[in-house]
Amino acid sequence: MTLTIEGSKRRSSYRPVTRSARRRRDLVRNLAFLSPWLVGTGLFFLYPLVATAYFSFTHYDGFTAPRWTGLQNWFYVFQDYPFFWPAMRNTIWLVVVIVTLRVLVGVAVAQLVIAVKRGGGFFRTLYYAPYLVPPVAGTLAFVFLLNPGTGVVNIVLGRLGLPQPGWFNDPAWSKPSLTLLALWTVGDLMVIFLASLLDVPQELYEAAELDGAGAVRRFRFVTLPYIRPILVFAAVTGIIATMQYYTEPLVAGQVASGQIGGSGQQTEPGYPDGSTLTLPQLVYNLGFQRFDIGAACVIALVLFALCMVFAALLMRRGSGFLAED
Amino acid sequence: MSGSRPHRRQLAAVAAAVLVLGTTACTGSSGGATDNPNAKTTITFWHGWTAPSEIKAIQDNVDAFEKANPNITVKVVSGITDDKINQALRAGGSKAPDVVSSFTTDNVGEFCSSHAFVDLTPFMKQSGIDPTATFPGAQLDYTQFEGNQCSLPLLSDAYGLYYNKKMFAAAGIKSPPKTLSEFDADAIKLTKSSGDSYSQLGFMPNYHGYETAIAHLAAQFNPTYFDSSGKSTVDTDPGLKQAYEWQKNLVDSLGGYDKLERYRTTFGDEFGAKNPFMTGQVAMAIDGEWRGGMIDDSDSKVDYGTAPFPVPDDLASEYGKGYTSGTIIGIASTSQKQNAAWEFVKFLTTDTDAVVSFANAIHNVPSTKAALASNKVDSDPNFQTFIRIAENPHSNTTPASPNGGAYQLTLANLGYAYESGKETDLQSALDAAAKQIDTDVAQSQ
Repeated sequence: MTLTIEGSKRRSSYRPVTRSARRRRDLVRNLAFLSPWLVGTGLFFLYPLVATAYFSFTHYDGFTAPRWTGLQNWFYVFQDYPFFWPAMRNTIWLVVVIVTLRVLVGVAVAQLVIAVKRGGGFFRTLYYAPYLVPPVAGTLAFVFLLNPGTGVVNIVLGRLGLPQPGWFNDPAWSKPSLTLLALWTVGDLMVIFLASLLDVPQELYEAAELDGAGAVRRFRFVTLPYIRPILVFAAVTGIIATMQYYTEPLVAGQVASGQIGGSGQQTEPGYPDGSTLTLPQLVYNLGFQRFDIGAACVIALVLFALCMVFAALLMRRGSGFLAED
Repeated sequence: MSGSRPHRRQLAAVAAAVLVLGTTACTGSSGGATDNPNAKTTITFWHGWTAPSEIKAIQDNVDAFEKANPNITVKVVSGITDDKINQALRAGGSKAPDVVSSFTTDNVGEFCSSHAFVDLTPFMKQSGIDPTATFPGAQLDYTQFEGNQCSLPLLSDAYGLYYNKKMFAAAGIKSPPKTLSEFDADAIKLTKSSGDSYSQLGFMPNYHGYETAIAHLAAQFNPTYFDSSGKSTVDTDPGLKQAYEWQKNLVDSLGGYDKLERYRTTFGDEFGAKNPFMTGQVAMAIDGEWRGGMIDDSDSKVDYGTAPFPVPDDLASEYGKGYTSGTIIGIASTSQKQNAAWEFVKFLTTDTDAVVSFANAIHNVPSTKAALASNKVDSDPNFQTFIRIAENPHSNTTPASPNGGAYQLTLANLGYAYESGKETDLQSALDAAAKQIDTDVAQSQ
């Protein structure tokens, strides 16, 4: 009896210890497996996010310690910084137009390349090659080709008796010119859509054809549902990339303006007339040229929030791109 | 619930991918000149020159310094921009520069007020250098901020008029204009329209026409930008307003903004062989003294003359002045070798032979009184024009500001809007600009 009681006591006191230890062991093991991700996320996402939020409430010029200023930077950016709202409008314009057109043109080019009976490899290379051109070189080439005074495009348009736009020198045409540049490098999306389109089972097309579906209905009811996840991927990564659109508008604006700032000149931000100014340019200008790091952090957070909103809209279930038919 | 988890994970992945952050570490600016200048040491010197002839010229001066100071070795880094300078001064570290030069005076206010550069006054006192006796007034002005002489002039730039002698003769113009009304008349006379463009333009007044920045043009009107308390005066200063009005009037007289802008897009690179004055696309240009050297070194056949830029008719007595600026040089407060760095800065900025030889080599204006008076300075009459502009007591420059050249950007944007006709009410625009400048300065402090 005594033994039994002692034995049961021993067992009852032993069991919780074992379970707890096992839990701890499991926890340690799981954390060990997760540690690369945890360290990476902590160092490269959570810490910068928290630091950015903190700096946005401080005056910080990189020389002296950050000084708490409350909402001053936020008021400055939203109320007093003259470049913020034009840059915001330009960025949203570019996101909506460039992402939409790149996805549409990417799908169209992939379809065309598939439809080509001979020389498919040649056309794949032809469309993909521009994507490999460094952004600065590609932008310079476009600015020279589209130069209103000496560019070959306007010379040809003039000879054809067509209107000759100001392209990168005209506020009304500068963003469409950037869009053309972005479409020229649509090769990355073409490759992804090509793989996705080739993955659609042929039997589905044959069945739809037997049911009397034409090309448009086959695309609508067979192709589109099948490639929808790829479309979402293309749209979301496109939004992220366009939100960070920096090199092309900066180079195009400075080269077209004729002032490269090499001799200490003041260059016009977003030439012409602020039409190529984007939010990342403001982050760089405020953060790394004027060293108003607090205000730069405000714009970085705005960019972050905008990306989240766009991505959430695209990925929301029920009515977004991920919606089931 | 389970269905929302992947969704959240996707959002988190998106969030991680998009964050763009600038979180540089805070670095102090302790500085302190405690090093022994006679000890064997190596200092790092950053400059922005890139042309082979310029790099050779500065290297010649470095070699001369090392010969005179065998204990100090200078490690030279060329092609440095102001962005890199600003970032390096904040980052500090063993690879940061000890001595820094910058092509623009715009950032002097920022360098001084933030103490990124050390105040050179104690060094000059120690070396027995009287700054006012050594440097011209304008050069001293643009290298200090609120009494903190944190930089010194390393050669100067003076802006004047370049004119094409052949085109002048063809148009029957006998001498360069001295007043702006003469200048406007000459610019119109020298302009030849061709359809909706030009076969020859008298002068490109648009603000994007390279050196036709509002600050350069407005210098002829004696503008003030700030009052003694640091508040912007651009809304009340009559000179600046007159400068905008004069430029706009000339734009309209020469065919209008759109036509001029279209012609401007045919111009080649400002610092290349296709510069519009060197190709004969324009008959007159406002430019710095370096242009003469560039023309002489190029294949351009343009037969040119130089003169001070014309002045407003009511300031005719001040003819001879112009906008001045220049390269500045300072010592980083993060440098642990400030005494050795000073020896180098002193040599580059005050040694007459060093200043003159460097000025002659890169076609810049010498930046000390002794060097300006030296008979070794390039005696080419076209170059001497700029020496006289630099020496003219009415020559002026844009003042330093604690947030660098931000106020000039505000004024430049006003100019773009006004010349294009997007802005028609100049006084309202100047009022708004003054408010913006004050807001930006307050934000920077």
